[in-house]
Amino acid sequence: MTFINYASREINCKIVYYGPGLCGKTTNLQYIFDSTAPQSKGKLISLATETDRTLFFDFMPLELGTVRGFKTRFHLYTVPGQVFYDASRKLILKGVDGVVFVADSQEERMDANIESLYNLEENLQSQGYDLMNIPYVLQLNKRDLPNVVPVPDLAAELHRKSEPVIEAVAATGVGVFDTLKAVAKQVLTELRKS
Amino acid sequence: MADTPIVMREQQYHQIKAVLAKLRLDSSARVAFLVDKDGQQIAVHGDVSTLDTTSLASLAAGNVAATTGMAQLIGEKEFPTLSHEGERESIHISVIGRVLLIVVFDERSSLGLVKLRVKQASVELASIFEEVIRESSKKETAEASLFAEITDEDIDSLFN
Repeated sequence: MTFINYASREINCKIVYYGPGLCGKTTNLQYIFDSTAPQSKGKLISLATETDRTLFFDFMPLELGTVRGFKTRFHLYTVPGQVFYDASRKLILKGVDGVVFVADSQEERMDANIESLYNLEENLQSQGYDLMNIPYVLQLNKRDLPNVVPVPDLAAELHRKSEPVIEAVAATGVGVFDTLKAVAKQVLTELRKS
Repeated sequence: MADTPIVMREQQYHQIKAVLAKLRLDSSARVAFLVDKDGQQIAVHGDVSTLDTTSLASLAAGNVAATTGMAQLIGEKEFPTLSHEGERESIHISVIGRVLLIVVFDERSSLGLVKLRVKQASVELASIFEEVIRESSKKETAEASLFAEITDEDIDSLFN
């Protein structure tokens, strides 16, 4: 939920990166963290297992600049992608202002994408949100791999509304900031409407 | 969006800061800190020069969310307070409606004293926050229209 503080003149918003295990959610955050100037970001917190799988969430605060005299701060979170961490995923969606679904473009991960997207819709509903009404971006990640599903097929399968669809290679940064921009823009536009 | 944004006015902010300042003094704590349940920092009082308050806010919210999840699994609504005691530094977290009051303290204080003072401060903070929530849900105040004036150019300029 957006938090507007008139005393410190700040707007704080929460964006959650969702998607199946190993689709590149943490990699998105890691790239944003590595490419942002130190004064614009806080620490990247990763609650991960010993094998670097997300256990609870990754978190990084990012300051984008000022709008009408208000500092805009985005809190970026990832969820753990592995199926059995569903209780944790639900918790992280609380108070969300925008969602990025990171899809793994590889053929063999198609079922995992579909399952995770259903899971997102369900978990949003359990928190009182509707995917159709919240700022949302679909990122098609790992486009550099040889065994990827063609973009139109992937988009046709995973598209839910008129959300922006962005091709990405998160490991090298392709599409990472375009994705963030697309979701942040919708969040701020939503604020204007409210 | 399901929730309306929380909007905090300057006066309410200063009221909260005053409660936190008193709490910190009365409990001999290092830091008294208020965050919302989503991990957004609201106000802080004390020595935070060596403390990453943004990370602390998100982790405390995650901690409370996880323990609330556990509480529900065993048939409780939530665990209203959490304490973590370390060798030198300790943390006490209490849930006050939609916000969390976090107190960081060391050997100059004690868990008993912190709990007592937190209980007193919670009543004041709860009433200030009721007002914040009530005013946040009011439609179209003069300040709210400020955001209606945000243009596409304003938003684009953030990414240049």
